[in-house]
Amino acid sequence: MAIKVQNLTKEFDGRKVLDNISFSVEQGEILSIVGFSGSGKSTILKLISGLLTPDAGVIDIGDGDVAMVFQYSALFDSLNVFDNISFALQERKEFRGKYTKEQLKEIVAKSLKTVGLEGIEDKFPYELSGGMQKRVSLARAIVTHPQFILYDEPTAGLDPVASTVIEDYILRLREETKATSIVVTHQMSTIKRCSDKLIMLYDGHIVFRGTPDELLKQDNPYTKQFVSASIEGPMKITASGF
Amino acid sequence: MANIRSYIQETITYQFIVMFLRHVKEFFETFGEIAYRFVMVLKYIFTFQINVKQVIDQSSRFAVDSLPITLSIVSMTAIILAMQIAPEMVKQGGKDYIGMLVSLTMVREIGVIMTGFAIISMIGSAMASELATMKVTEQIDAMKVLKVSPFQYLFLPRVLAGFIMMPFVVIIASTLGVIAGGITSMFAAKDVTWLCYYTSVWQGLYIRDIKIMLLKSACFGGCISLVSSSCGYDAQGGAKGVGIATTKAVVWSFVSIVIIDCIFAVSFYF
Repeated sequence: MAIKVQNLTKEFDGRKVLDNISFSVEQGEILSIVGFSGSGKSTILKLISGLLTPDAGVIDIGDGDVAMVFQYSALFDSLNVFDNISFALQERKEFRGKYTKEQLKEIVAKSLKTVGLEGIEDKFPYELSGGMQKRVSLARAIVTHPQFILYDEPTAGLDPVASTVIEDYILRLREETKATSIVVTHQMSTIKRCSDKLIMLYDGHIVFRGTPDELLKQDNPYTKQFVSASIEGPMKITASGF
Repeated sequence: MANIRSYIQETITYQFIVMFLRHVKEFFETFGEIAYRFVMVLKYIFTFQINVKQVIDQSSRFAVDSLPITLSIVSMTAIILAMQIAPEMVKQGGKDYIGMLVSLTMVREIGVIMTGFAIISMIGSAMASELATMKVTEQIDAMKVLKVSPFQYLFLPRVLAGFIMMPFVVIIASTLGVIAGGITSMFAAKDVTWLCYYTSVWQGLYIRDIKIMLLKSACFGGCISLVSSSCGYDAQGGAKGVGIATTKAVVWSFVSIVIIDCIFAVSFYF
């Protein structure tokens, strides 16, 4: 299933974070959304997942199920890994009572195996490293077989090796689930390795659309500034971020 | 014209009115949010979408965890009350009414309200900070994306636990308060015997008082859970937001139970 976003606008306290944005992601594709902090990347994910409502515009995801991997994992810290992963299967109306305890154990074990973590069902989130929490968060996202997976800075705060592991799992999950994915990131390694295409946001507008190769090669002043991480360029620091 | 406007805006009266109106607006917004969440909780109750395990967990937390502090506060209050009134009542020739006075005070007011205060400080603040932490760490957002309603999973078990368990806590606390008052009276005033105290307990106390006490305590329990959860759910920002939400929960809960108490007093004893 594809994601189609048309003329999306969102305003916070009189400031237009997103101004008439349109883009689409085809089934099985991975779109990366890049841009400096405060440019509205995470807002797009929250709008697609239904956490926020747009001021104007249309988001078409059909009746597909959306899963989201949060920047800081957002695992339920009062529940262990087993209950975190099986949370939707135990509590969501359409799944409640559908699975026995044994079936849930099997499903959770399979999800954990997919993200390379086995035998940690009884551990609590605070007993896990940042990278492991991210992977548990991935396992929780895929357990309901969603058609769309949204990643909010999945490699933020991780060391380069842990980032590579997460990037590998993003690609692997795409292969296994055929889900359509959107990855919000600032990290060049994630952009290069995981994206089929990308858009770049600045001041509520899309200032670049293309592939990761085009991002590196194009003579666009915004992409040049982003890639070189220069403070000189069209993107200026303001009180509300970039 | 612009000068006049700027002059008016700088006056203390203008700023006071603006601040006052902002607080009034905030009050009605908070009240509206709490009312909406209460309706959502009722919706899940009446459609039987109740997570029994969660209700049991929250009930155990509500009653068992709060019991030591509640019993201490209520019995200490009863002891102080008996110490103050017993000698005076004996002096005035009213030793046969000490038990009645202590029990009426305990059952009609002090037992319920002091238990309420203890529950707010122990359980309400914990509920608010727990939900506030979940909010600022995006756990509640994660719950919504997983299509699990926070009103059903977080609010309903807490409100139901408060509504069901608070009367039990109040019964235990008030009973202990009456007993503590009796023992204290015997030590604080000469000629007061346990039989004399015990007999007078039932002189002014009726079954109606106990029924009202149970109903009021159930309302207090539900209200404390609802208000505390709601304030926690509205938290924004980081650690500071959690602190603000917890303070707001305690203040709003205190005010709410005093208002409910007034409503009960006017409705049943006026």
